Parts: sequence; C-alpha cells; structure tokens
Amino acid sequence: MDDKRHLISVIVQNKAGVLARVAGLFSSRGFNIDSLAVGETEDPELSRVTMVTRGDEAVIEQIRKQLNRLIDVLRVHEFRSGEDYVERDLLLLRVNAPPGKRGEIMQVADIFRGKIVDVGVRHLMIELSGPESKINAMIDLMRPYGIKEMVRSGRIALARGNKSV
Amino acid sequence: MQRKGAEILRDVLIDAGVDTIFGYPGGAVIPVFDVLVESSIRMVLPRHEQGAAHMADGYARATGKIGVCLSTSGPGATNLVTGIATAAFDSVPMLALTGQVKTPLIGNDAFQEADTTGITRPITKHNYLVKDVRDLARTLKEAIHIATSGRPGPVLVDLPLDVSTSSWDGEISGEVSIPGYRPNTVGHVRQIKAAADAINSSERPVIYAGGGVIIADAHQELAELAEKGNIPVTLTLLGLGALPGDSPRFLGMLGMHGTATANYCIQESDLIIAIGARFDDRITGRIDAFAPHAKIVHIDIDPTSISKNIRVHIPVVGDAKSILREVNKLLKPVERKGWFERISMWRAKHPMTFKENTLKPQYVVQEICRASREDTIIATEVGQNQMWAAQYYCFRRPRTILSSGGLGTMGYGFPAAIGAQFGCPGRLVWDIAGDGSFQMNIQELATAVGYNQPVKVAILNNGFLGMVRQWQELFFNKRYACTDLMANNPDFVKVAEAYGAHGMRVTERDQVRDAVEEAVKTEGPVVIDFRIDREENVFPMVPAGEAIDRMIGGMA
Ligand SMILES: Cc1ncc(C[n+]2csc(CCOP(=O)(O)OP(=O)(O)O)c2C)c(N)n1
Repeated sequence: MDDKRHLISVIVQNKAGVLARVAGLFSSRGFNIDSLAVGETEDPELSRVTMVTRGDEAVIEQIRKQLNRLIDVLRVHEFRSGEDYVERDLLLLRVNAPPGKRGEIMQVADIFRGKIVDVGVRHLMIELSGPESKINAMIDLMRPYGIKEMVRSGRIALARGNKSV
Repeated sequence: MQRKGAEILRDVLIDAGVDTIFGYPGGAVIPVFDVLVESSIRMVLPRHEQGAAHMADGYARATGKIGVCLSTSGPGATNLVTGIATAAFDSVPMLALTGQVKTPLIGNDAFQEADTTGITRPITKHNYLVKDVRDLARTLKEAIHIATSGRPGPVLVDLPLDVSTSSWDGEISGEVSIPGYRPNTVGHVRQIKAAADAINSSERPVIYAGGGVIIADAHQELAELAEKGNIPVTLTLLGLGALPGDSPRFLGMLGMHGTATANYCIQESDLIIAIGARFDDRITGRIDAFAPHAKIVHIDIDPTSISKNIRVHIPVVGDAKSILREVNKLLKPVERKGWFERISMWRAKHPMTFKENTLKPQYVVQEICRASREDTIIATEVGQNQMWAAQYYCFRRPRTILSSGGLGTMGYGFPAAIGAQFGCPGRLVWDIAGDGSFQMNIQELATAVGYNQPVKVAILNNGFLGMVRQWQELFFNKRYACTDLMANNPDFVKVAEAYGAHGMRVTERDQVRDAVEEAVKTEGPVVIDFRIDREENVFPMVPAGEAIDRMIGGMA
C-alpha cells in the first residue's frame, strides 16, 4: 500500500453531527486522521474542515467521493503537490528556560520567527506557526532544553491567488 | 394556524402523498399516534419494529413510493436498525420516524433514550434530530426529498416528545433547497457518445444491469438498448424483472449463483455495459480475474459506485433512463453472429436443471411461477430459498422481486411481502421462505391476519439453515455446526392456524401443483410447509474468491 500523505479540505454546513459524519468515513475503514482542524469560514453558516490522512490513492479517492455524497458537505478539495497553496500548523511550546539559557532559547525562537507569549521564572512559552517541517525543526532544537508541554493545532491550508475552494 | 408538532408531521406526510405508516407505539410517540390515527393515513401495527421497517421497505420497492415506518425511542428505534440498514444497502426510499426523549433530557441517560441519530448515521442516506418545532416541517420535507431523489435511501428523523407536543403557527413553505445536495442526473454528452461508440464497435458486448434500472424506471430503455444494439443481457438479483425473464436476449442472473451462460459471457466479452449495478463481490468473484478482455462502460447515478471495485473505462454519471435514451439514439445495427452462436452453444450445454426424483425446491418455485401472473410479487428470505427463487421464477416485470440483496437480511421477506400487499391490493404476493428465515419475523402472521392481507408464504422447509449447511458440506467437511433446525422446528401448519391463517403441508412432489393453486384461491393469508429434499444444493456455484467461470455443480 502506498501510504501517501493527503491534505483534504472540506466545506461543510455548520451543523451538529457534521464532523461525526466526516470522521466516520475514515474511522469505518480503520483510517486514522493525523490532523484535523475545523473553523468558521467567511460565511458563518459554513465551516472548513482540513484533514491530513495517509492512505492508498484508490481508497482516498473513494473517501473523497463519499465526502461529496454527504448532504452537509458542499465542496471537497485535495491539495496536491505542485499546486500553489499555503499550509500552516500552529505550535505552542513550553520549554525549560533557566536564567542562563534564556537568551539562547530566545535566539532560536527568533530565527524561526517564533513569538514569546509567556515568561515564567524557569520557563518560556513560544508560539510558532508555519509549515510542518519548520515546526518540527524548531521542536528538535528545543528538545535538549527540556520541553515541558506542547500542543499543535491541526493543519490548515488555503490556495494562493484567486482560486478558492 | 397553531399546530402541534404531531399535526405538522401529519400534514407534511399527507401533502407528500403518504397513505400508510407502519408503526409501533411507545411512550415517546403516543401523541404522534394520537394524531395520526385520526387522519386519512392508514396506521398499520406490526408485531415488531423490524417488521415495520421491512414492511415500509416492501411497500416502497413494490410501489416505487416512499415507505414510512415509525417507532418509539430507545428499543423501538434500535429494533428498526436492521430494517433501515437493509433499505440503505438496496437504495430503497424510506422515511424512518423515531420518538426521542424530551430535548432537555437528551444525553442524560433518560428512560428509553438512545442516540438514534448516532447509531443510524452510517446506515442512512441522511438523518436529523429535530430540536425545535419550528424546524419540523422543513426538516420533514427535506427528508422526503432526500430519500426519494438521486440514489434513493432511508432518511431518519428523530422527534423528541416535546417537539411533537409543542405548537407552532408558521407556514410550511413550498420548495426545499439543500445547498449540499444536487444529485447529478444528466449524463455528460461526451461520455454518452463514447459509450455508444464503444457499443457500436464491440464484437462481444454484454449488458449487466442491476436494481438501479428499476429504480430509474428505465426498463423500457434497457429493452430498447438490448434490441436495437443487439446485445445479450444479464441481471443481478435486484435487477430481475428489468428485462422480462423470457426475453430471447436474457442470459439469466450472473455471479455466485448465476447461470453458466451469463458468467461465461462476462468472462469472454469485450465490452460490459453496466447499468445501475455496483460490481458487488457476489457478482465479480475474484476481482483480478473478472472479465479479463472487457472494456467497461458504467452508467450510474452515484459517482461513488464508479471504479470502486473494478476500474471503469467509460463512466457515465446520471439518471439511467435519460442516459439510455441518448445512447439508444446513437446505436447502429450490428449482427454479432459469432457471439450469439457462442451464447446458444453455452445455453444448450449448460441449461439450469435439477433432478426431479423427490420434492425439490426448484420445482416448487416453478409451480409458483406457473400459477402466477405477470404482476405477481415475489418476496424472498435469504439463503437457498432466495437463490432458487431467483433462478427458477421467471420475473417478467420490474418491481416484482423483493429481496435483501446487499445486506442479506434473514426475516426480510415476510414483512416485505405484507408491506407490498398493502401497497398493491388485489395483486398476488408470495414470500418464498426458508424455515430459518421465516422464524425471524414469524410474529407478523398476526399483522397479515389482522389486516387481512392475503400474503402466501411458501416455506421451502429443509430443516436446515440451508445455505450455511451447503457451505459446510462443500467447504467444511460436512460438519454441520449449528445449522440443523429440524428437531425443534415448530409445526408450521399449526402455527399458521394458531394465528388464524390457513396452513398446509406438502410432502410429495405430486401435491405441489394443487397446493399452490389452493393457496392462490384462498382469500386470506396462507402458509405452506413444503418438506423439500433436505440436502438439496444451489447450483451452479462459484466458490467465494474464485473467478466467476470456475463454477461447481449443476453443470450438465
Ligand atoms: C439475520 C441473518 N443472520 C444470519 C445470516 C446468515 N445466513 C445466511 S443464509 C442462512 C441460512 C438461512 O436458512 P433458511 O432461512 O432456512 O433458508 P435456506 O438457506 O435453508 O433456504 C444464514 C444463517 C443472515 N443472512 N441473516
């Protein structure tokens, strides 16, 4: 099985039960959703669900068609490599920052254009957004200091230019 | 005008042309029944909610109209589940109405609460929980529209008790508009042209049509395609009747228990024209060995059916009736002499036969067919009885077979037959049953008798869960684990009589014809216990996972 990563964006009616329907198409096949982000769109009656999943091309194609068949789904789009779009994760990370290390850590955060959003006696909280690779790179650099806690949002993505999904 | 939720429900249903509801009451729906029973709608009380769902299903399949069933919350709703799943699998338009606890109690483990929309989400085309009486009319209209359009299916509406009892003075506005729901009905012109070109240039084409043709009311267009294009036709179980079973170009059913001719035809064809069918594994057998030489045209209203199991070369998404009309306009006469000669050779070499020495189920089916009319409706249960009915009854019209094809639900046939009889008064309706399946909804004898629905039940009684026993015989060294029912089967004649129906027993071959004729003449419901040859098998058979031309048994 070619377990390619797929980034799928779905416009749905903002109603109870919609997310369960969407997620159900994956779970009933034993598919994991690696990341999931849901939020309102420019139209408050609609939400955008962005999902990252892994799977065989044929199975994903079938899921896409079945998503389209759901009554509460208006549009389904898969972002493919070569397409012009922006994708972002958001990270909040609390790292050990004793006074001696603080400057160093802030410098690393700065290189990634992370923001310091909370400062404690012995820790810093950093906010970072960007593509997955950038987030992973900063996490790797923070590990030696001791990451106390972190949270990542689901991936979100939007096409560039005039094309809208 | 102020109306209670239950009254709004009544008005929307009457407005949609609903004349019958199969419903079983309970605490959460007493106010609904209280209103409906006073209305022009006929209320039918089954003896189990599963019966209600299958009755609504049988009513819908036989009439083409939406079937409506109604239950209380909790156990009433969960008892509908098998019937809803059965309807979903076979694309049957159904409205399932369930009572629910009062909205403030939802989620609190209230008495007889179940998360009905959660439970039925994967087995409905769509479902709704109505939390405000102001949304009720619109929701019901949407539900009916969704259930009956595109690829039809069951839609469930969950009605909390306080919604059906509170009042609203709004109007039910006209058209429904659902932004995310636009079934694609018109086929793409270029695809239609490509399909017609492929047909015109094919030497060995075969039409493989399913229940979708019947749903789309496209049987005439199918007949024209076969005739004008000079193409042989095979049908799935649910497609039977889409082309009359006695048409010269009909090859019989295909697949696991299909005819040798149909299966060979598929395997040697250079073009398969699939219409309203979904390449189910009981049809294709081993997928990588299916129709190795064929290009595939697939006409279907549901894009998810296309290239799901088998890669399709020319998909045409849309309504089969309008697409076939367009395709038919582009057909050229082609002789295909060699192809039809080959088919005649297969037919002659592999006729459907069985040994006639004892009381054989195939013979019973043939006799039921002999005593039938074109519009006779045949429901089946699941198992050997279902396959014998499909193989040996000549279905001559669409909507005359009621069978659980996709889910394979034992206990479907009898309530479905009753539902069909409600929808088609005056027509002869049979349930061809097994002794195992019949006992799954045998309590509906009370419904048939109580409403005087003259359904005839032919139990092909082998005292076994026959189809499972057949697999055990062929693939499990005859170890009949938990399939022998004989010792504890009831006396079906007495059971029928105890419910007030007419019961008969047939043990000899030469009694069959008279018994069938007597049943047809009898005014009320009849049960005939046919004591058939216990270990008769359904042949031919393609063992699961084999290529469909690797048939065993019954090959002369
Ligand atoms: C509800 C349900 N349970 C179990 C099965 C599995 N099953 C398929 S055929 C069959 C045997 C059916 O026996 P019977 O109704 O006596 O019919 P026969 O095959 O003997 O004609 C069984 C148990 C099923 N299809 N449906």
